Amino acid sequence: MPDFLNILVSIVFDGLAYAMILFIISVGLSITMGLMGFVNLAHGAFAMTGGYFVVSLMTGLGLGFFPSLALAAIGVGAGSLLLERVFYAPLYKAGELDQVLMSIGLVFMASAALTFFFGPDPVSINVPEMLSGQLDLGFRKFPAYRVFMIVVGVVMITVLWFGIEKTLVGARVRAVVDNRHMAESIGINVDLLFKMVFALGSGVAAIGGGLAVDILGLSPNFAFQYLVLFLIVVTVGGLGTIRGAFVAAIVLGVIDNAGKYLWPEGGAFFIYAVTIAILLVRPAGLFGKT
Amino acid sequence: MRLKSLFSAGAVALLLGVSAAGNAADVKVGVVLTFSGGAAQFGQQISRGMELYMKQHGAELGHNVELIKRDSKRPGGDIAKTAVQELITREKVDILAGFVFSPNAIASAPLVTQGKVPMIIMNAGTAWIPNLSPYIARVSFTMWQSGYPMGEYAKDTLECKTAASGYTDYPPGKDSVSAFRTGFEKAGGEIVDEIPMGGPREVPDFTPFFQRVKDAKPDCFYVFVPAGNHTTAIVKTFADLGMGDAGIKLIGPGDLTQDTKLQDMGDDAVGMITMHHYSADYDTPENQAFVKAWKAEYGEDTTPDFMGVAGWDGMAAIFHVIRTLDGDIDADAAMAALKGWKFDSPRGPIMIDPETRDIVHDVHVHEVVKSGDRLAIEVLGTIPQVKDPCKELKIGKCAE
Repeated sequence: MPDFLNILVSIVFDGLAYAMILFIISVGLSITMGLMGFVNLAHGAFAMTGGYFVVSLMTGLGLGFFPSLALAAIGVGAGSLLLERVFYAPLYKAGELDQVLMSIGLVFMASAALTFFFGPDPVSINVPEMLSGQLDLGFRKFPAYRVFMIVVGVVMITVLWFGIEKTLVGARVRAVVDNRHMAESIGINVDLLFKMVFALGSGVAAIGGGLAVDILGLSPNFAFQYLVLFLIVVTVGGLGTIRGAFVAAIVLGVIDNAGKYLWPEGGAFFIYAVTIAILLVRPAGLFGKT
Repeated sequence: MRLKSLFSAGAVALLLGVSAAGNAADVKVGVVLTFSGGAAQFGQQISRGMELYMKQHGAELGHNVELIKRDSKRPGGDIAKTAVQELITREKVDILAGFVFSPNAIASAPLVTQGKVPMIIMNAGTAWIPNLSPYIARVSFTMWQSGYPMGEYAKDTLECKTAASGYTDYPPGKDSVSAFRTGFEKAGGEIVDEIPMGGPREVPDFTPFFQRVKDAKPDCFYVFVPAGNHTTAIVKTFADLGMGDAGIKLIGPGDLTQDTKLQDMGDDAVGMITMHHYSADYDTPENQAFVKAWKAEYGEDTTPDFMGVAGWDGMAAIFHVIRTLDGDIDADAAMAALKGWKFDSPRGPIMIDPETRDIVHDVHVHEVVKSGDRLAIEVLGTIPQVKDPCKELKIGKCAE
């Protein structure tokens, strides 16, 4: 294979794997922000908690990777419902600053609690044998886990897209994002809908956190470390759209990888340059409604 | 000149007279280490090494030594500098010790010059740090002591014609990579790429950087990352990308094969070659006694690593100073006592170079091997009594 093509494949492939993690973690945030306009900075903390769920289920109870992911999603999803009632609900009508302060406070608490129980050092897991090492796709070998990551991402977007576009619940969600007052006046129970979407988004983020352990690593600092990145994905994609989060994650993931590969000295510069450029042209994001 | 030093000695004596009003024999040692966050493990290693030495040798010293610990948290330098200032002005410490990250030592250097407090560096490996103040001595290592010989070894013994380097983008990383480049090019090798891979605070996804190296197909890939959490990710990414199968050898300074992290790396680490001054697996009597005492004190499942040894050796240096000066610490006299100090460390014979106040020790070629069900370090070769090559060759800031 010519060198140029080889490099291109490297960049796109690694970028896609990275993008899928960004997408899975950020998509819930995009939907909840689109639905309620609630600025939930603690969303990454749900992903982080999900990651720790997976780690402790696997190393503590000896469960497999996939059952651990499922349990993490259920556990974090259920836990987020409780948090929603206690902390989020009272602030729905409050200003954005209050919401930001409350949710960033939650991140600090989660970070401190996880440090207390798991220590400040990063933790790791052993992914199943079939997902480690290299996978030969004929023309080239790829890291198996990243191939798996891309597959999971594609499955996830398909399921979520189907859910939002083709089901009644999805139609209601779209209606509320479009025009909340109109949706309420035709009898859609926005409160209930939000709770469901919130729990679902948190659960999906937990899966993302579990999947990220092997690529991004996991420490009690995770939610802070990647907070900006998740917010960028949501903002660039546009609030309340699954497609937006997906495309934004891919654009940013691939460009971040390309930047690091082609010009390592530039570091993280690219991702911000692209973000600024996109938002200058489309302030509401790629698929956001102005 | 003479008058000036007499005068400053008088000023120090005055200062000490005030601070030592309580108990003339007590020596206060300010310890600045990372005790929280991701780098807490380093602070724990070093302070355990210090305390173990104190426990074993404290009784015979004849002076009380009080450790006053401060947390420098992160590599940025700011918190460490504040802590050093507080230790000098409020606690009036006689000696400063510790310093995990180079920026923390670099930021604190002007303060120990002004405050005239001897500073014993127990990790921070950027080569030119002792040049920053006449009151700095280092018992740990310099990045050049591993990087430079590794460059020669990679060309001459591993027979790598080309090499690429990847490094964490902060002073010791740049230092380690330029040491490797100097040694490698001098031996006739060609460096094809040098890649900065993010800052020291967080472990990045190394894949794009490593993929770039894989596509460049060098014979050797020299990696510097801070000891600790970065290292397992290095080995994993290297294996996941199949770089070993592509004929690339993973090499680096011994920070990569730190004893405390070695077992977490998995079998993918087997075959990795590093240049270093310590492994808990050394079978010398001094080291075996040290490791045994360590396990007895801190638990069978713990192990000292090069940082623990630096804590132990640093405390030995401090005891030497206290003994020589009979507990009455004067900065200039302390530095004079440290210059040329020799000690049988668990790592082997060490000395503080009288010229540079830097450590002189044996450097070994380490290979990671599988021994039973654990990973172990096998010594392939030894370069005796290596002085810091950066200062020997007077390169860049080392010449100042």
